[in-house]
Amino acid sequence: MGGPVDPTVMNLVVFVLAVFVGYHVIWNVTPALHTPLMSVTNAISSVIIVGAILAAAPADLDFGSVLGVIAVALAAVNVAGGFLVTQRMLEMFRKKSK
Amino acid sequence: MSASQITLWYLVASVCFILALKGLSSPTTARRGNAFGIAGMTIAVLTTLAVIARGRVDLVLMAMVVGGAIGAFVARRVQMTQMPELVAAMHSLVGMAAVLIAIAAVNNPGAFGVPDPLPRGNKLELFIGTFVGAITFSGSVIAFGKLAGLGKKFRLFSSAPVVFPGQHLVNLLLALVMIGFGAAFFMSPDKAWTPFLVMTGIAFVLGVLIIIPIGGADMPVVISMLNSYSGWAAAGIGFSLNNSMLIVAGSLVGSSGAILSYIMCKAMNRSFISVILGGFGAAEGAVAAGSEDQKPVRSGSAEDAAFLLGNAENVIIVPGYGLAVARAQHAVKEMAQKLRAKGVNVRYAIHPVAGRMPGHMNVLLAEAEVPYDQVFEMDDINSEFGETDVALVLGANDVVNPLAHEKGSPIYGMPILDVAKARNVLVNKRSMASGYAGLDNPLFYLDKTMMVFGDAKKVVEDIVKALD
Repeated sequence: MGGPVDPTVMNLVVFVLAVFVGYHVIWNVTPALHTPLMSVTNAISSVIIVGAILAAAPADLDFGSVLGVIAVALAAVNVAGGFLVTQRMLEMFRKKSK
Repeated sequence: MSASQITLWYLVASVCFILALKGLSSPTTARRGNAFGIAGMTIAVLTTLAVIARGRVDLVLMAMVVGGAIGAFVARRVQMTQMPELVAAMHSLVGMAAVLIAIAAVNNPGAFGVPDPLPRGNKLELFIGTFVGAITFSGSVIAFGKLAGLGKKFRLFSSAPVVFPGQHLVNLLLALVMIGFGAAFFMSPDKAWTPFLVMTGIAFVLGVLIIIPIGGADMPVVISMLNSYSGWAAAGIGFSLNNSMLIVAGSLVGSSGAILSYIMCKAMNRSFISVILGGFGAAEGAVAAGSEDQKPVRSGSAEDAAFLLGNAENVIIVPGYGLAVARAQHAVKEMAQKLRAKGVNVRYAIHPVAGRMPGHMNVLLAEAEVPYDQVFEMDDINSEFGETDVALVLGANDVVNPLAHEKGSPIYGMPILDVAKARNVLVNKRSMASGYAGLDNPLFYLDKTMMVFGDAKKVVEDIVKALD
């Protein structure tokens, strides 16, 4: 029974708990904000940029790190675009008409 | 930074992402939520930059500046009616980034702190992350083309379903072949480029084939579904890199998209499976209105409509996508203001599929500066139609079709706005053409219904003039 836990098992623990958290948080989102929800989740899934940065990092360039650089750029489009467009939409949701 | 410190910073970022989504439970807290999201992303990126401090930080920063500038430019310029296209385009970028990272991980696992050659467990996860990413990419490109109306130039992007005999069998076989190559990649002790790349290629093709048979009316489901896929792709990459922050963020997004797909399917009374199999709306436009016996409708002018509205106590406006196409939101808001000044209680009723993506109509109304406390979801306002003097339907059709209450009709069971319960019904349409579902609408022939034909913007502006 002893010994370290396989990282895959730890990943699975995190995954299952995160899905539960996601399920409960998302059902509480008001339907009026479902479009901003989609744009902000887009920005959040672009945290994949972290993987892209690691791929791009090695000091000696090879084709893998070039792909990493491209992936950084693609994900950065989403990060900036996703959060800014969400911001823009949320600014529109005001209570008073005047 | 030690590995533990990095992980702790990633934990902070993960919590920020959860708070970002939690903020969206109300418009008052939503902006603070977005700020949490931005904070989380900043922490995640800075931490990672610290990790690679001895590597090519210059290249990474350059790519971030270029990408970020493009993203910021698009975010500022995009029209609110184009949000579905923008979101589809952004999904495709997440998918592509996932695939590129996966290829880089096969090439040099050491860069990610994963043993080289990749252990079996990581290979399996990488396989899942890659094919989900590839399907997200090519599927989103097709969805983008359909939404942007590129169908006239390229048949692949046609908003009508593209179907061919044996389609589902082809998809199934391709999926099995893809899994076969995935298994070969998994079993192989070395890098196994060939099965990996073939598997990725098939996944790209599958993404196209999965989305082409889905018609324009089902686009809200498709976008939500691809939203979900982009999250699962990110989570898959997180598994293969043993990065818990990526797993958390990906799972949040994945469940969000899945829940939105469920809500959209329910609002259209379609099963998820039938949407995926596609073909719905193939007869779109084929059922021309009134081709057989012309039933009599009562039609009136904008002045007649203004008279009815001006003398009402309670008015509910039902906006549909036709309203957005005609860019009539601002005119509608002006009309509502005029009516409110006369003491009329004006509210808006939104069907969940009123736009082309979840919550689209709310954003379009918010853009026209309609206060959100006058805008109600279907379930909250449906019981009020009985006490309403005038229901004004603008550019909506299927979502107010009473056939949904009749057994045997193709849309039986779909939840609708009970407009027919109002004392008077005003319907603005350009013509008697049928909606996406290709069905006639008995609402138009009721005694209490008055049709006001014409472009939504023109009609509403005429009503505003007549109200003075």
